[in-house]
Amino acid sequence: MTPTAAKRPLQLNDLGQLRHFLSIDGLSRELLTEILDTADSFLEVGARAVKKVPLLRGKTVCNVFFENSTRTRTTFELAAQRLSADVITLNVSTSSTSKGETLLDTLRNLEAMAADMFVVRHGDSGAAHFIAEHVCPNVAIINGGDGRHAHPTQGMLDMLTIRRHKGGFENLSVAIVGDILHSRVARSNMLALKTLGCPDIRVIAPKTLLPVGIEQYGVSVYTDLAEGLKDVDVIIMLRLQTERMHGGLLPSAGEFYRTYGLTTQRLALAKPDALVMHPGPINRGVEIESAVADGPQSVILNQVTYGIAIRMAVLSMAMSGQAAQRQLNQEREEQR
Amino acid sequence: MRTHIIGARVIDPASGLDQITDLFLEGGKIAAFGQAPSGFVPERSIDANGLIASPGLVDLAVALREPGYSRKGSIASETLAAAAGGVTSLCCPPLTKPVLDTSAVAELILDRAREAGHCKVFPIGALSKNLEGEQLAELVALRDAGCVAFGNGLQSFSNNRTLCRALEYAATFNLTVIFHSQDRDLAAGGIAHEGPTASFLGLAGIPESAETVALARDLLLVEQAGVRAHFSQLSTARGAQMIAEAQARGLPVTADVALYQLILTDEALSEFSSLYHVQPPLRTHADRDGLRAAVKSGVIKAIASHHQPHEADAKLAPFAATEPGISSVELLLPLAMTLVQDGLLDLPTLLARLTAGPAKALRLPAGRLAVGAPADLLLFDPQGSTLAGERWLSKGANCPFIGHCLPGAVRYTLVDGRISFQG
Amino acid sequence: MNLPDPATLLPQMAAALTAHLQQRQISEPRFIGIRTGGIWVAEALMHSLGLHTPMGSLDVSFYRDDFSQSGLHPQVRPSALPFEIEGQHLVLVDDVLMSGRTIRAALNELFDYGRPASVTLVCLLDLNAGELPIRPDVVGASLSLAATERVKLLGPAPLTLERQTIAPN
Repeated sequence: MTPTAAKRPLQLNDLGQLRHFLSIDGLSRELLTEILDTADSFLEVGARAVKKVPLLRGKTVCNVFFENSTRTRTTFELAAQRLSADVITLNVSTSSTSKGETLLDTLRNLEAMAADMFVVRHGDSGAAHFIAEHVCPNVAIINGGDGRHAHPTQGMLDMLTIRRHKGGFENLSVAIVGDILHSRVARSNMLALKTLGCPDIRVIAPKTLLPVGIEQYGVSVYTDLAEGLKDVDVIIMLRLQTERMHGGLLPSAGEFYRTYGLTTQRLALAKPDALVMHPGPINRGVEIESAVADGPQSVILNQVTYGIAIRMAVLSMAMSGQAAQRQLNQEREEQR
Repeated sequence: MRTHIIGARVIDPASGLDQITDLFLEGGKIAAFGQAPSGFVPERSIDANGLIASPGLVDLAVALREPGYSRKGSIASETLAAAAGGVTSLCCPPLTKPVLDTSAVAELILDRAREAGHCKVFPIGALSKNLEGEQLAELVALRDAGCVAFGNGLQSFSNNRTLCRALEYAATFNLTVIFHSQDRDLAAGGIAHEGPTASFLGLAGIPESAETVALARDLLLVEQAGVRAHFSQLSTARGAQMIAEAQARGLPVTADVALYQLILTDEALSEFSSLYHVQPPLRTHADRDGLRAAVKSGVIKAIASHHQPHEADAKLAPFAATEPGISSVELLLPLAMTLVQDGLLDLPTLLARLTAGPAKALRLPAGRLAVGAPADLLLFDPQGSTLAGERWLSKGANCPFIGHCLPGAVRYTLVDGRISFQG
Repeated sequence: MNLPDPATLLPQMAAALTAHLQQRQISEPRFIGIRTGGIWVAEALMHSLGLHTPMGSLDVSFYRDDFSQSGLHPQVRPSALPFEIEGQHLVLVDDVLMSGRTIRAALNELFDYGRPASVTLVCLLDLNAGELPIRPDVVGASLSLAATERVKLLGPAPLTLERQTIAPN
């Protein structure tokens, strides 16, 4: 199943510009590159004394997090603030929905408070699509992670990291290691790497952590870490959640570290200048050795900085796409 | 009312009749074919030129949602919807509230159905109390109250021994048990077929083995207990194959498949549309092809709607948070006609799978046209078309076929000689 | 009316700028060009004045006032200012001055970097179509256009001005 044209209408406006950011699936190489280029400009903003631009001044960005997350939430807040937007954050995990209010009602209430954009993180795959379809079409929806399906801003910030440190994607070999089955980050990364032209994408995991039909992403599958890491340029380590040990998928964290943990020794199998990446938060001694996480090849902390720039880019582009669509609709009205 | 149906192409799969002829109905029964009985003066004539007259359709799985789920449907609304789909006899599953495990509930359902008068209802009783899979329900009492067969829905029995005992008990009284084979643990947490589509979308999967592992066990226990068994809602090609092998071994098991399972595959899920959230899930092209072949060859002798209406809220949420089920009984005839249109089945075979086949599987007094048999008839226009959703009688609008133009149109549905629906 | 040749305008602009800076006793200003045409003009000007100090380039996309109507400009590039703004005398260079909004955005952006000592505005062409109280300190030529006309600077070498007709609203 290749990226479908069917997803195009929902995320894009009539001019092919971003008006929601729901998933990497359905976006062209040009559009992904545009996101990266725009993010580069915002990185420059982050290096100034005044780290703000007035682009979204007067706009309200509402972070609606149905799943707990300090990291993603904070970076989205920061991104919106640096664009001079007003930011509200709702941790819905503890509030009204547990009182029986439906997801749709929660959002409609927020909509009534005249939010211009929602950043949504939800435990169900397809939640962001559902919201984009049912909430007012003028409100941009940014997917902050939906179930196992997608985490497109993480995917893009990983791509920005790779581009900034490796120059491009054409000659790269990238390995994604760990719990692919449950990972929305892995899915977004595989799609983005494929679209951006990476010729050698590898996934490395035990069978219990590989989804059926993984081949459809155009990746090579390895169950042996040593084999999979040979001569790669980039290693993306995925977080292993403790629940996995209880589901019968793995015997213990120790055995996982023994077979799939990124140690200094194993890192040496990759290219000497290979990048070590991780979406965070890292589990030291489970996926990755401390020395590697803190070592010279690790760009884990840089990823955080790039994350703010990517999110600034996506927030601006989606807001911009909404404005362009409104303009187009108005022109069409006038022509009648 | 004495009725004369003029010039229909009468197809009765049970007897092999396929002929343009007249029908004469009197006293709620079929009085004669071809020639009027002596002294017959019709009170009503129906010009059926260009129409097909078949036995009224027999749908083995229509959830009426009453008692207990009034937001989703009622006996009155859903039997009317069924009549619009050409159905004259239907079976309703035991998943009501309270569960259909007491004769009181069976009597309530039958009373309401009689009051509404749109369709003959043959309830399926619970095999275990409250469908919990622990204690046997009072099968004989339920039989005497009108239940025609017994099942446990998708709920598993607590262990194989309890299941085996239940089957032996049912066998004692020559009762039919309906299986929805799905291994609880292999299916746990799953909402879509475990395959590339579910992986891509990040939806928890139900592997094919959830059906086949349970099916293997169920078939062996059926053989051991000697119970009459009907396997309902098959979703895998492999499962159909296993049924074929069992039948070849001489095991007199029957099977049905949901009509939508013959049409849709898991690719329909690509936009996360909850309209395609069903249990058991939509599976692959290969599964659909295997099921179609089994329907064609007669391994699966019954096609059922597996009608499950829902209120709008039940489907208005992210996929995993929605309730499974498609509301489709009122499209049973035209939707089934797409199988003829696609060249899968010829019309008489399709009608057999919708009338004689299901009736025989559960030994229902329905599904055939014969002198003296109840005048349960469907008159439809094979050249007409139905715009699904133009008129909608079911309380549940959760139907992905709404808006589609389907081949064939129901013109009259008659139950005991009375018009229950006119299109 | 014919468009002037930038090559002829630049020498007089250089002279006017020199005089202007001398009058204000500004000795080592830093040049900043507004993308893209302003950068070419700034480079040409610095060359003509024989200056080799680092030059800054400003992209004002994030400071424009028309985001709600037109959205984000598709070709955003990072600004690059390789010197301190704080306390610095600046020469801000743009190619075509029309409404004045680009200069307004540029000033806002510059002030987010720091507090300059002064800003001298140099424009190749002034179209007399100002909507804001912004006047260039040094200008190459003044021009009035019809409502359906625009002027674009092509470059970087040779620099030429081109007249374009836009569709009426």
